[in-house]
Amino acid sequence: MVLKPNLEDLRVIGYYLGKIIIGLGMTMLIPLASAFIFREFNPLYDFLISFLICLISGNALILLCKTDKDLNWVGGMVVVALAWLTAAVLGAVPFYLSGHWVSFLDCIFDSMSGFATTGLVLVQDLDHIARSVNLWRHLIMFIGGQGVVVVALSFLVRGSAGAFRMYVGEARDEKVLPNVVETARFIWLVSIVYLILGTIVLAIVGRYEGMSWANSFFHGACVFMAAFDTGGFAPQSQNILYYHSLAYEVTTIIIMILGSLNFKLHYTVWLRRKKEIVTNIETRTFFMTIMLTFFLTAVGLAKLGVYPDALGLFRKGFYQLISGHTGTGYQTIYARQFIHEWGALALFSLTIAMALGGCVCSTTGGIKMLRIGVVFKALYNDIKRVMLPEAGVFVEKYHHIKDVVMEEHQVRSAVLIFLCYLGLYALGGVIGMFFGYPALDSLFESTSAAANVGLTCGITQAAMPALLKVVYILQMWIGRLEFMSVFVLIGFFAAFVRGK
Amino acid sequence: MRKIVYSLWFIAYGIFLLSVVCYAQTTVSSTELIERAKELDGQEVLYEGELIGEAMTRGEYSWLNLNDGQNAIGVWTGNNFLNLISFAGDYTHKGDWLQVRGVFNRACQVHGSDLDIHAQSINLIRRGRIVRHQVVPFKPRQAIILSGVFLCLLIGRLLSRKLKKK
Repeated sequence: MVLKPNLEDLRVIGYYLGKIIIGLGMTMLIPLASAFIFREFNPLYDFLISFLICLISGNALILLCKTDKDLNWVGGMVVVALAWLTAAVLGAVPFYLSGHWVSFLDCIFDSMSGFATTGLVLVQDLDHIARSVNLWRHLIMFIGGQGVVVVALSFLVRGSAGAFRMYVGEARDEKVLPNVVETARFIWLVSIVYLILGTIVLAIVGRYEGMSWANSFFHGACVFMAAFDTGGFAPQSQNILYYHSLAYEVTTIIIMILGSLNFKLHYTVWLRRKKEIVTNIETRTFFMTIMLTFFLTAVGLAKLGVYPDALGLFRKGFYQLISGHTGTGYQTIYARQFIHEWGALALFSLTIAMALGGCVCSTTGGIKMLRIGVVFKALYNDIKRVMLPEAGVFVEKYHHIKDVVMEEHQVRSAVLIFLCYLGLYALGGVIGMFFGYPALDSLFESTSAAANVGLTCGITQAAMPALLKVVYILQMWIGRLEFMSVFVLIGFFAAFVRGK
Repeated sequence: MRKIVYSLWFIAYGIFLLSVVCYAQTTVSSTELIERAKELDGQEVLYEGELIGEAMTRGEYSWLNLNDGQNAIGVWTGNNFLNLISFAGDYTHKGDWLQVRGVFNRACQVHGSDLDIHAQSINLIRRGRIVRHQVVPFKPRQAIILSGVFLCLLIGRLLSRKLKKK
């Protein structure tokens, strides 16, 4: 028998959702301040209005749903799923007021793309957008990368069991530190330290490549936020191609790889256990899949003679591959070049790289390396078990921060998520084909949306069908939350309708 | 007879001159450059667009990014053309509209396979300008109304807290 959620369950959800909305509103103070500094008065009012809308809706929810009850597992998951949808809608308000988007749906699309660190864009005339709005585009990637709930956990929610449930609901099942609030704050600490260092490095590179100091710092901060959080937004419409710079590309490759590594791995390396990088199952799997997919991409490109030399292959082939594999979505080629020049093999291997994603407990999307590693290790062990004497007993282990004994439920969970992602990629692909796009193009764009990558072959544009925009928004949302929270939300609504 | 020959010769010469005078290369759009990249690779093209961002100087040459309203294309040019530039497009500026004649590269061997144009000549078509953004009147009004609503809610929260304590 399914139990119908009672009023108290709804109040707890509303109360925590209110807190998260206030947290989101507070982050709007950053672009608001920047609008003031750059004397951009229209955007200043846009951010003030959006900030007030967040505070009003957040406080109204808290006032209406005031409760001392803590969140249960279902409540935690529902809050997270709703928080991400709400963040996408409220985060879209400054976009809409800026007038650079065709419709509010397009604003929600870009907002979800930002929060989910995808990087697909529908913005119009990006090259003339206000700095503060551009900063907000990149900031939502930074917030989304750490997690919308992590923001609230860090500053507004006490470290209760409910806090941990929300943390897990946000597709982060690993705690770096024993306390979940401390973990959330540590994630922010790591990110802010990297942000400062990364911005300085990119600013120096930008200056060296001929940009003014002001622009190189602004671009440096924006590009770092989007690269480290494997987002893919860029301040100019040409994305990374705008810089025409090998140094900029190499720097962003390093940042993208850093962003796609497990936060726990960062912490372990901070503790001077550098050996972990080479022994961890995730980094090993990551290295192997990069090599394999790059080999296929390079063969595909070389066969067609797309790029004249090795440098071209690196700056175009390897860059797009790393960008796709880490889930960033930075491009140094135009979207349509994928279709006209790359050929089926290179495009297919890039799609595979996007589908695989980076490491768990990082900012990437996709199936993720730990799951790929566990599934293949289980397969290998099964084959080994068949070949060994029947009486032989052996323990299956893998190394992830510490030696972990592989159990049935881990493999089952990894396979389930693996299959869910494949289903999500295929579903978006089929819907794309329904709208008349070619099969490979549809699958590429669908995988890019669902794995929160952001590479595009040209389907994503303001003129595409509204229903396809909605499908991609949902794919970005579901992909970012790794299914569980969304499934629980659907179950919650079903219980509300059919429960007793 | 001589008159007829002279007349014919004169007409033919006139037609030839006219064809030379009337010949003018048409500009290609950025979409055409991307979509027909293989076909146009290595050819001389005429492209025009608004200068966006800023000119990035690398030694004796510079990168300009010109946006024709569809896409922006990178143009590699000698620094001698930079004196034509007054404005680069951003939030507060409409950039100069430049026309570039140059060699189009689908995958430039000099620049790590970038799709670009190596400029031979650049002309200024339209000078850019400063863009002044007026504050839209409904925005301050909306902000004041929302501030009022927020203040009421805050008072409501404080009152409910006090009532709970009692």
